[in-house]
Amino acid sequence: MSQWVLKGLRTGIKTTVYPRAAERDPGVTPGLPRGGDFGAAAPAIVARCLTGALDQTQGVISVDSRRCVHCYRCVRGIERPLNWEPTYEWAGAAAQPTQELGQPFRNSTHILVVDAGDCGACLNEVKQLNNPYYNMHRLGFFITPTPRHADVLLVVGPVTDQMRFALEKIHQAMPTPKRVIAVGACALSGGVFANSFACANGVADVLPVDVGVPGNPPPPLAILHGLLVAVGRKPPDRTELAESQAAPAQP
Amino acid sequence: MVEEWHCSFAGLIVEEGASAWQLRYAFYGEGEASWVHVLVSAPLPEKVFPSVVEWIHAADWHEREAEDMFGVRFEGHPHLGDFVLHDDVWQEGVEPMRHGFNAQTAMHNRRPKVDWRPRRIVHEPGAFIMPIGPKFSGITESVHFLLETVGEDVIRSSTRLFYKWRAVEKLAEGKTVEEALLLAERFAATTALAHGLAFCQGVESVCGVQVPPRARALRVFLAELERLRQHAGAIQEICESTALVVATSQAGLLEEELLRLSGKLTGHRYLFGLLAPGGLLCDLSTEACRETLKRAQNILKRLNDLERRLSVSSSFLDRIEDVGVIPAQTARDYSLVGPVARASGLVRDLRRTLPYSGYEACNFDVPSEREGDGYARLRVLFAEARQSARIMEQIVTALTEGEVCRAPRYRSGAALGWVEAPRGATFHWVRLDEGGRIARYRIVTASFTNWHSFHLAAEKFAFQDFPIILATFDLSVAENDR
Repeated sequence: MSQWVLKGLRTGIKTTVYPRAAERDPGVTPGLPRGGDFGAAAPAIVARCLTGALDQTQGVISVDSRRCVHCYRCVRGIERPLNWEPTYEWAGAAAQPTQELGQPFRNSTHILVVDAGDCGACLNEVKQLNNPYYNMHRLGFFITPTPRHADVLLVVGPVTDQMRFALEKIHQAMPTPKRVIAVGACALSGGVFANSFACANGVADVLPVDVGVPGNPPPPLAILHGLLVAVGRKPPDRTELAESQAAPAQP
Repeated sequence: MVEEWHCSFAGLIVEEGASAWQLRYAFYGEGEASWVHVLVSAPLPEKVFPSVVEWIHAADWHEREAEDMFGVRFEGHPHLGDFVLHDDVWQEGVEPMRHGFNAQTAMHNRRPKVDWRPRRIVHEPGAFIMPIGPKFSGITESVHFLLETVGEDVIRSSTRLFYKWRAVEKLAEGKTVEEALLLAERFAATTALAHGLAFCQGVESVCGVQVPPRARALRVFLAELERLRQHAGAIQEICESTALVVATSQAGLLEEELLRLSGKLTGHRYLFGLLAPGGLLCDLSTEACRETLKRAQNILKRLNDLERRLSVSSSFLDRIEDVGVIPAQTARDYSLVGPVARASGLVRDLRRTLPYSGYEACNFDVPSEREGDGYARLRVLFAEARQSARIMEQIVTALTEGEVCRAPRYRSGAALGWVEAPRGATFHWVRLDEGGRIARYRIVTASFTNWHSFHLAAEKFAFQDFPIILATFDLSVAENDR
């Protein structure tokens, strides 16, 4: 057994500097398109987008990051590529939070992760938060298997019809105050599975969502940022999440 | 055929034509019996076909799925219904894959019956059912297990899947090839590149397009990078299931490093947005590939070190040896695929038997074991990771310059694309209509094939072995449910 203790000690500390400082290792994030003024090239760029994440008025491209599925069609195989920012602090919060968690939860939060039809990537990125590189325990985030102990419900996937009932039951079984985080393009807009008879267009169709983390999948640091936003330790990047509950997805 | 030619059952592809059904039973083997397609045709009003499960047990789930999706019945099948479409959610008579069914039909807000019960339960003094899922444990995919027990050993286990059914095959219909590729990459994204590649190869066969050599080589390079990463992830799960903390952390470090390596090389940690029908969407620099190889070889060295340490950790071996045993005959009966099959002595690897994308020029071994237990499956994972690095090295050494995409002209037709995905043999049947849109898309995944046999591995073992057996199977629910 001692070999493992020595191996662990010899490996040293691998944990990221985030959120104390910015993590700069390449490969931690795929980035997100940001848009801007592209003049005459804008229509061609917008036409490449297959999920309706891009829109333009008079050459200015706007990005609905909830719909971006990282297909890179606006960057690759195109004359004038769209600008992508290699950031990860991109979680959005609803303009009106349904329930404030409050001070007691800031440094000790129990999270229940529910897979509502996810492809495996978002779930795998949530799983990475437990490995030494991200180690979310140091920030007071703990995964719990039971809704009775959970303060935050983290949902991945577009919410399939066959998971819908389970998801609603889980949410009801959680004590108040509680918050809901939707992680990934599918959980925010249905992603590539949108407008289907077999699933909802994201978690907001089923439950009130407080924090949304775009990305397909969002990298671990983006999910970490989402968690910090949920407990009020980081400001959200945007508040466009509120619109998603009102506006239905474009067919 | 299965007995004499040692063919494996690839899948049943049901197609609804203009006036007739076409049922295609696909088999694959080695040598002359590389592909055998058996076609059954019947005019449309016909709804009853003879079942083949008595002879080909691997067709069991395929027939159940076809019954749910198309409403066709298989006479002689012992157990139809409540499979993809859960009886407690869907009313009778819904046949979603029929052409008459509109995929945009809103069918939300159906109330499931809360009193769902399995069809059969064990009746014995002291018998107890342990229901697990669909939401269980920490970070897991949604699936439901019923473990039935008298005392400590699981005497019967059943798995209820398809909680995550997103109807990918139906959603693809009527879409352009580009749009369908997004679905192919994203329905089971831990092996996104493998599925995207199988889909692209299907489309390329239909259109008769030759993929440029550089693109073929880079595809293999990326596929092996994905295999290496997926195997590291599977090894991490196995270590975690036995609660060996330091080993879990070590494997977790390697998985994250491989994800970052993929991200650095291609922009995306799960290799999205690289494939295009006819090649690749963008070129990768040879220098970057060389750098990636160097880092991958370093990671492999540490993976080998991890294997050595695990092989002398008696507390770990006690938990993983002789559990979840799949005998060779079972592997053949269920036409199992991937590391699970190869750990039970069913040595079949599509990269070797039906090479694609230039694997015929690669020099590599197909690792296999005989025991069929959890430890054998773990050893196969480690050995395959080594072979992946070996293939990557050959690709980088022989990489030539040139174009990376030859865009195909879409035409009508149908073809099968296949790959040896990290979890095993995967088949994508693609039919295009005259306008170049998807008319039928059928996906047979490795997890779908292997989940079929999983309940056997869990039976006769103790409760506490269950998570370990599950981890050693490396099954994806997303890949199964589609």
